[in-house]
Amino acid sequence: MASRLEEALKKAREVLPPKVYEELVEKLEASGLSEDAKVWVVEEAVKDYVRGMVQPGEAVGTVAAQSIGEPGTQMTLRTFHYAGVIEFDVTLGLPRLIEIVDARKEPSTPIMKVYIAPELWFNEEKVKEIARRLEYTIIENVIEDIEYELGSNLFIIKLDPEMMADKGVTIDMVVGALKKAKLGEIEIDEENNTIYLTVSEKHLRPIDYGNPAAYRAIENKIRRLYLKGVKGVRRAIIQVEEVEVNGEKKKAFKTIITDGTNLEEALRMRGVDHTKTISNNIHEIARVLGIEAARNAIINEMKEVLEQSGLDVDVRHLMLVADLMTWTGRVRQIGRLGVVGDKESVFARAAFEITTKNLFEAAARGEVEEFKGVTETVIAGLVAPVGTGLIMVGAPARPAIRRES
Amino acid sequence: MAAVRRTEARREVLPAAARPAYRTEERYIVDAIHFGVLSPTEIRKIAKVTLVTYTLYDADGSPVPGGPRDPHFGALEPGEICPVCGNTRNDCPGHFGKIDLARPVIHPHYSEFIRDVLQTTCRACGRLRIPPERLRYLRSVHERLKTRWPKLARALEAQVKEEASKRMECPHCGARQFKIKFVKPLHFYEDRPEGEILLTPTEIRGRLENTIDEDLELLGLDPKRARPEWMVLTVLPVPPLSVRPSITLETAMRSEDDLTHALIDIVKRNEKLKREIQSNSPESVIESYWFLLQYSIAAYIDNELNIPFVLTQRRKRPLKTLAMRLRGKEGRFRGNLSGKRVNFSARTVISPDPLIGINEVGVPIEIAKILTVPVVVTPYNIDELRRYVMNGPDKWPGATHVYKKRQNVKIDLKYQRDLKSVAESLEPGDVVERHLINGDIVLFNRQPSLHRMSIMGHIVRVMPGKTFRLNLLVCPPYNADFDGDEMNLHVPRLEEARAEARELLLVEKHILTPRYGGPIIGGRQDYISGAYLLTVKTAYFTKEEVQRLLAIAGYEGDFPEPAILKPKPLWTGKQLVSLFLPKDMVYKGKAKINAGALACDGPECFNDSYIVIREGRLLEGVFDKNAIGAEQPMNVIHYIARVYGHSKAREILDTMYKMFIRMLEIRGLTMAYSDIEVSDEAKKQISELVEQYRKEVERLIQDYKEGRLEPMPGRTVEETLEMRIIEVLNKLRDEAGKVAVSDLDPFNDVFIMARTGARGSDLNIAQMAAMLGQQTVRGKRIHRGLRNRPLPHFKPGDLGPEARGFIKGNFRDGLDPTEVFMHAVAGREGLVDTAVKTSQSGYMQRRLINALVDLYVDYDGTVKDASGNIIQFKYGEDGIDPMLSYHGKAVDVDLLIERAKVLFREESK
Repeated sequence: MASRLEEALKKAREVLPPKVYEELVEKLEASGLSEDAKVWVVEEAVKDYVRGMVQPGEAVGTVAAQSIGEPGTQMTLRTFHYAGVIEFDVTLGLPRLIEIVDARKEPSTPIMKVYIAPELWFNEEKVKEIARRLEYTIIENVIEDIEYELGSNLFIIKLDPEMMADKGVTIDMVVGALKKAKLGEIEIDEENNTIYLTVSEKHLRPIDYGNPAAYRAIENKIRRLYLKGVKGVRRAIIQVEEVEVNGEKKKAFKTIITDGTNLEEALRMRGVDHTKTISNNIHEIARVLGIEAARNAIINEMKEVLEQSGLDVDVRHLMLVADLMTWTGRVRQIGRLGVVGDKESVFARAAFEITTKNLFEAAARGEVEEFKGVTETVIAGLVAPVGTGLIMVGAPARPAIRRES
Repeated sequence: MAAVRRTEARREVLPAAARPAYRTEERYIVDAIHFGVLSPTEIRKIAKVTLVTYTLYDADGSPVPGGPRDPHFGALEPGEICPVCGNTRNDCPGHFGKIDLARPVIHPHYSEFIRDVLQTTCRACGRLRIPPERLRYLRSVHERLKTRWPKLARALEAQVKEEASKRMECPHCGARQFKIKFVKPLHFYEDRPEGEILLTPTEIRGRLENTIDEDLELLGLDPKRARPEWMVLTVLPVPPLSVRPSITLETAMRSEDDLTHALIDIVKRNEKLKREIQSNSPESVIESYWFLLQYSIAAYIDNELNIPFVLTQRRKRPLKTLAMRLRGKEGRFRGNLSGKRVNFSARTVISPDPLIGINEVGVPIEIAKILTVPVVVTPYNIDELRRYVMNGPDKWPGATHVYKKRQNVKIDLKYQRDLKSVAESLEPGDVVERHLINGDIVLFNRQPSLHRMSIMGHIVRVMPGKTFRLNLLVCPPYNADFDGDEMNLHVPRLEEARAEARELLLVEKHILTPRYGGPIIGGRQDYISGAYLLTVKTAYFTKEEVQRLLAIAGYEGDFPEPAILKPKPLWTGKQLVSLFLPKDMVYKGKAKINAGALACDGPECFNDSYIVIREGRLLEGVFDKNAIGAEQPMNVIHYIARVYGHSKAREILDTMYKMFIRMLEIRGLTMAYSDIEVSDEAKKQISELVEQYRKEVERLIQDYKEGRLEPMPGRTVEETLEMRIIEVLNKLRDEAGKVAVSDLDPFNDVFIMARTGARGSDLNIAQMAAMLGQQTVRGKRIHRGLRNRPLPHFKPGDLGPEARGFIKGNFRDGLDPTEVFMHAVAGREGLVDTAVKTSQSGYMQRRLINALVDLYVDYDGTVKDASGNIIQFKYGEDGIDPMLSYHGKAVDVDLLIERAKVLFREESK
């Protein structure tokens, strides 16, 4: 026969969310309470949970909107340095929150957090290499100058050895890039870090020898030649952390923060922990990892902004906003081009923005206003279908008064 | 024009309770509204008069028939009888008229639909330029999509448009097609071989008439309700006078509505055009007048179109025409339909009253005599209501009106000399409009209404004076203070509304906020320092003091035993506080003062900074912001509200909290100059620090000037220098602050306020006693102003601390003139920031609200929107109401175990 505690726990397991149940079991074991006390705790936990459930009709949407909007005035307006990274500024506070609910195609400060696979945490060289492979580098980034003279088809490319070392570019890579572009004959002067490029007639016709624009076009072509890295990533900064391993302090390189994002390519790279690596571009996440990931990204991004501003908002509100933005399978904006614009009700759309256009369109399309939402019912002076207005059953009011004879 | 048509009006189905007791007439409830375009036939049908002249009145001042003020537009003047419906102004709804246009005119807001039709249909046969088989297929797909997936149907329509407009030869009749160029918002050109030809509205209308219904549906139009040719007006509806009333100025001059002016303009031009046509003028002349008519009508519909024509009043102010009445914040939709002006409301200044309950609001008698509540007479309340009627409208508590049910009359007691006979005539079923009295429920609101706690239900307490009185503990949810704030009060009048207000809106039901699952109502400022001073270890009270404290709280139990008997009986504050706590309460937690030198980690705390409540007794720890403050999740008041219910929490807020302010009345709390006066020793130390750090800054500047400063990665040398200097100077301020703070008496009143969280922080004290430190604008030192220097007091290019806004002065000793300036500069930034922020976050919230309003939790626990789409299967993944959560957690297991420990130890005893 099952003990009372077991029975109580069985019931608790049915009712409580798994996480709460686990916490309950764990803490009960450590509590050293008597059997009776434990039973009381379990039963009370179940009761407490049920008591705390939302009531049907609760206007959770409005509450969520208020809970996120109300502290908006207490938020910062400025952009701040990302925690620990002084190299670049990150939009935080109110502007970032607006950006998230707006579902902008590109955040004003796109950032990727690339996590390094654990086996490489202490391998500075390898991590540096990953960072180098991330940074998008073109010839322009590693040269001092390109010289040429009108009337000649010789281009002299002067390399900058310091920049090359910094970006991890070898002279061979530059030559390779030039060869691939098939611009002409190449001669290398390694001592002076100079490359001589004799451009072929195909690219620079003799007629154009007097045309500076043609030369400039070639120069730009050379400057733009791709050397290495991931498109969209302007800079990659390695985060150094002090970690204690077996009582020994060691430098760990767990993450790389990038300015500019390209999640798809970053996830493909070797040595990158693709289970954690993330960008702050919601649309990119939706594209690369799917809509569920985008939903989580919206929640996490909003949470981070609010926490950074020192504001306390329950995650449930953020989840609701994220779910509303993503439930269709696409990321929709909170506004006239997204959630509000998709509403069925003509009046709800008209009362938000672009009033007249919505009305004329409704007329031409022969739309019907059915008064199913809150905004519409308020306009028509009806009972809004939330809260106590949700109940459709009513008893006829009969006078309970007995006439005094 | 968008015709709003009532498909079917439903008979009154409102439950009787939702209807004012004395309103018995039948009402209709709108079921749905079908939108469509008015057809010329319909316009002619509803028109009761045709406008043919623009003269408003004739010489003797009576309206001209066929003019814009023709009486057939509806009765508006007192005593006027409507020639159409025979009603007076009260009952005449107003009637439409019409203008027969000499030539058709394109409706500017439908022109985009006209374009779609012209571009996709054949100019000869009017069919959609898509081959028959494909057409049949598309139609069947469209049919299926239309009801279930309106968005996809729209996408299909867009594709149809693209396909059809590309085909330059009609697949039905083989006629050659030409490109149609559309110049917003009125003109269409056809790109014929002989050149670009302007299409006249007549021509366009002709083509539109040729289209067939089935084809139009594929373009997204509803041909039943919006035939495209109706979008080219041949007859213009003229709204009734009640839509465009005129006003009589003091000078007895009449001033007409903007719409009437616009109509005058249209009639003028229409008549002119008619005459030109009749006199067989050349087509080019006719066309130019036709153009003018088009523009007039376009502007009459919408005066904010992108056309080089604006209707103006005597050449200056643009007229406010039809579309503009609907648009924008003050337009019909946002201004009159989404938010409406209401009766039975009041607004005045608020002032504090710590003696009334948190559920109450003090209402001035003057206001109570204006706001009324209808009460149905029953045998049980008839005597009471008779008393009110006898008092009349001017003596509180009285009544303003009586509705006699049997006679079906409403008596205004203001004009009633014999109140007594009215009172005696009362019988069950009558309705008395009585004054607001104590115990009534009202809604109280402070703008901006950012969350639901901005409107709460309060119980009325009528008082002398002219202000609304408010308990201080309810300031946080309203975000109210008393520096001139005004608040609004609304009286719910129906029983249903009053019941809902009591059950759902009452202040005590909003002690916890759904934003984070914590108390939003609680002590602030004096309540907190008072609570600390009451419960601090060193506080002992004599019998008299205990009596005063308990009396203000309204304590009614037994007088407690003294904690100390000799030399005289003394009581501790903890003892007094414990009298109010629930008898089985268990609580543990850190106090606010648990920091720095007073930090403790657990119950074994000699600093008295760890709160322990057992069996309803405060055993250890002081009450401060963390225990009794507002917006502190998991504090004592949160715990009580959640475990013992909100009415218990309210009871404690109404009793125990009163002791805290009485405590301050006994002891006194103030701030003196001496509280922030540091010793000479400390002053010397601070100036030494200033010198030391100044040298460091100078070294940085020197390094920079000599090019020795290493830039930080990704930053320029200048940026690096600035960042390093700010770093150094902030360290200086902190250290100077530390010196000052450690020099001051940590138990003076200023420190009590800062440490307990009542007001101010260590930083504020440092700024008063030591120095203000670096002033910044946008996170940078102040550098703008004159060329290379912020003020003429400094040399150009001076990068030193003072020249860039470092303030070594403090508030106690005062600031230098330059320091005052720098402080003001930084202070201004804050003001600008707030101004910008409020508008931005306001708009964000409006959008969030509009997007989320319709979401609700259904009976099955799912979250749905207005169309029934499921947004979440279980709200918040665990179905927990954030308001009832323990700071987000569904169940607080630790708390339950703590409670069990105490509960079951008792039993085993």
